[in-house]
Amino acid sequence: MINLLVILFASILTSNIALTYFLGMCPFVTISKNMKVAYGMGLAVTFVMVVTAMTNWLINKFILEALGIEFLQFLVFIVTIAAMVQIIEIFIDRYFPALYHAFGIFLPLITVNCAILGISLFMVLRTYGFFETLFFSVGSGLGWLLAIVSIGALRKKMIFSNPLEHFGVTGITAVLAGLMALAFIGFTGIARL
Amino acid sequence: MAEHINLKLPRKGYKLFKSKNWMVFAEGVWHNNPIFGMVLGLCSTLAVTNLMANAFVMSIAVTVVLVVNSAVISLIRNLIPDRARMITYMLIVSTIVITVDLFIKILFPKVSSTLGPYVALIITNCIVMGRCEAFAINNTPGLSISDALGAGIGYTFSLMVIAFFRELIGFGSLFGFKVIPDSIPTISLFSVPPGAFFALAIFIFFVNYIKKKYKLEGKH
Repeated sequence: MINLLVILFASILTSNIALTYFLGMCPFVTISKNMKVAYGMGLAVTFVMVVTAMTNWLINKFILEALGIEFLQFLVFIVTIAAMVQIIEIFIDRYFPALYHAFGIFLPLITVNCAILGISLFMVLRTYGFFETLFFSVGSGLGWLLAIVSIGALRKKMIFSNPLEHFGVTGITAVLAGLMALAFIGFTGIARL
Repeated sequence: MAEHINLKLPRKGYKLFKSKNWMVFAEGVWHNNPIFGMVLGLCSTLAVTNLMANAFVMSIAVTVVLVVNSAVISLIRNLIPDRARMITYMLIVSTIVITVDLFIKILFPKVSSTLGPYVALIITNCIVMGRCEAFAINNTPGLSISDALGAGIGYTFSLMVIAFFRELIGFGSLFGFKVIPDSIPTISLFSVPPGAFFALAIFIFFVNYIKKKYKLEGKH
């Protein structure tokens, strides 16, 4: 149990998937302009991350390892993710139309979000069990949400400041992310992977 | 979706520099550079540039995947159904990445373990997808290969420059060889994750600075 909590808090704070492993950087830079949109994207990513990580764990354990074809992992994982995203989209559209309008536009984008595939790959590399994968994916999703919403808030404040023009939007976002990553190092004592 | 190539690099002299292949290539290296031009594929850029050896292996992997993928997509572009484009790209990319990953595991076992999942993450690298969707799907194999090679070399250039300074300042070494004596202290900030962001920001700053200066001179 303690082990699971360590994984959860480490993946939210100290080993944050966006700030330590740099996964999901493209939406991190492009979508974080608007805090509300960033929040929607964060929630959608968390949801899809948990569903796909669990599906991939089951497929990896009971199909790929059972048949001894682990070298096909990348191919199977990405196909599973693409399929799961489609299924989730149809399901949400049918049963939760309000939710569909909230993050429907982000769902197709998520297929190519490297954070989603990254979680499945880390899960295999670290040989996590079923519950470890569950806590790891929930924590990573929340960590990504926390990072993208915080950088959205920081960028909102940036409207009033006047950075060096050569940095451009990308440069100044990278500086902000770097400062945030430094702040997250302060959590190192809490938990460690 | 047709790609509008800005053919604004008329060079005098060699015939090679006037060919369309060269222009498409040069466009990818500088104006549409994946890192500072189009801002794609940042995950791997930030993650692998702490050591030059890592950055080098990663750049080669990305370039090979880009070129082979663009060539394949371009060859079968008339057979791909419009609605199933994305999934077709993904299947082809992941097949190529599996092959490249196996090669890296055999040729560079040490680097492979430090790169971790980042080689596999080339599958979702926006550069590869972007080149397929923007160029290879509408163009002949020859041009597509030039375009992919341009993007790959542009990516390699950015990664090597960032990795050079990160390893030099963070560890005092280049490709693992010590070049700065131990008496001079290193700034380990540049070798840890937050330093990656700062290094990228500084790199973009200088590229924009050079670009501005170059454009001012080019107006005459």
